[in-house]
Amino acid sequence: MMANKVKLATVWLGGCSGCHMSFLDLDEWLFDLAQQVELVFSPIADVKIFPEGVDVALIEGAVANEDNFALVKRARACSKMIISFGDCAVTGNVTALRNILGPNNVEQVLQRAYHDVQNLQPQSPRFVVEDCATNTLHEIVPPLLPQVLPVHAVVPVDVYLPGCPPPAPRIRAVLTQLLAGNTPQMIGREMLKFG
Amino acid sequence: MSKTLTLNGQMISAREGESILDAAHDAGVSIPTLCHMNGVGDVGACRMCLVELAGSGKLVPACTTKISEGMEVNSDTPQLHEYRRMLVELIFSERNHVCAVCVANGNCELQDLAIYVGMDHVRYDYLYPAESIDVSHPMFGMDHNRCILCTRCVRTCDEIEGAHVWDITARGIKSHTITGLAEPWGEVNTCTNCGKCVMACPTGAIFKLGATVAEMEKDREKLAFLKNARERREWV
Repeated sequence: MMANKVKLATVWLGGCSGCHMSFLDLDEWLFDLAQQVELVFSPIADVKIFPEGVDVALIEGAVANEDNFALVKRARACSKMIISFGDCAVTGNVTALRNILGPNNVEQVLQRAYHDVQNLQPQSPRFVVEDCATNTLHEIVPPLLPQVLPVHAVVPVDVYLPGCPPPAPRIRAVLTQLLAGNTPQMIGREMLKFG
Repeated sequence: MSKTLTLNGQMISAREGESILDAAHDAGVSIPTLCHMNGVGDVGACRMCLVELAGSGKLVPACTTKISEGMEVNSDTPQLHEYRRMLVELIFSERNHVCAVCVANGNCELQDLAIYVGMDHVRYDYLYPAESIDVSHPMFGMDHNRCILCTRCVRTCDEIEGAHVWDITARGIKSHTITGLAEPWGEVNTCTNCGKCVMACPTGAIFKLGATVAEMEKDREKLAFLKNARERREWV
């Protein structure tokens, strides 16, 4: 039975998780969905490595750091279909606002976020920590990319699902059409309105 | 004097001197527009209303092209659909349009057009220009991140209010709307604080101070009413 289920993954890149919250707003329909899909990777499932053989991956968020970049590349390589899920994935949206500061804004952004507006213990995030057990250095905070990118600027995207967040009925409409074996028809205000 | 022309294969009649856009409207054919606004003159700034003329194969803006006898116009072809979508995507890529945090979210003509042309994403690289926001005026603000250079504010202030506070400076990608002689809006003493530019603006570029996300609703038909009320004797 499990073998026949559609393998669904959801990915959280540079976004606020609002798209995942909207996904959870599908409420009881999630029971129906669970009959038809196997959730193989998601921020709400404790799986560390994006698996191979995924049928559909919903990608929330823009590509903002090296971790996002590697994960979206892996998701593309391992998935039959990639859906840009929400305005940050589709356009860059709020996550990409720092791009206005120019091509070399990383120091400026970190200074602003971790020093200028902090009145208690301002300190930069430590990118590298020492692992006492092995006496080696680990990167724990992924370095920011010079510019924030929409998902389709990094990997080919099959379906664009805009909205900030996409309303739950819009997510349901897309998944329903996909599970019926059809290409989702993204037409009209209910399916296409940004913001 | 009446002229006869063909629009999308249908014979229609129109008044001499009428634009293709007005003739189409009278015939019940909708052509998408953005810089056009009832009550002020047309300039053909946005190219959204481009139509095909048979024979020459030229694309012309319906708003600024006059009809002529025997003209064959197509407003609904796959080529025009593709060009209109490209135009909307180029507008989105040129400035910093972020619907999610815009005062006009849900009340925006650019957002509506994106839906109309079926824009599910922007195929061009975003330019992310460093634009300014002018909040020096006591009642209104101007956010250049959201300006599409349609010049509706310029024409409204000039033709309806008669103050001509707004204008355009520079050319091409450097074009910008300015107030006064490129001064902060709050220092322009010819501004009458009438707010007609706020109503005319199709996006969230010109807004009432204090408006937050999705709060900036605009009443554009009031501008056409002001313009036409006297000749239609609506105040008598």
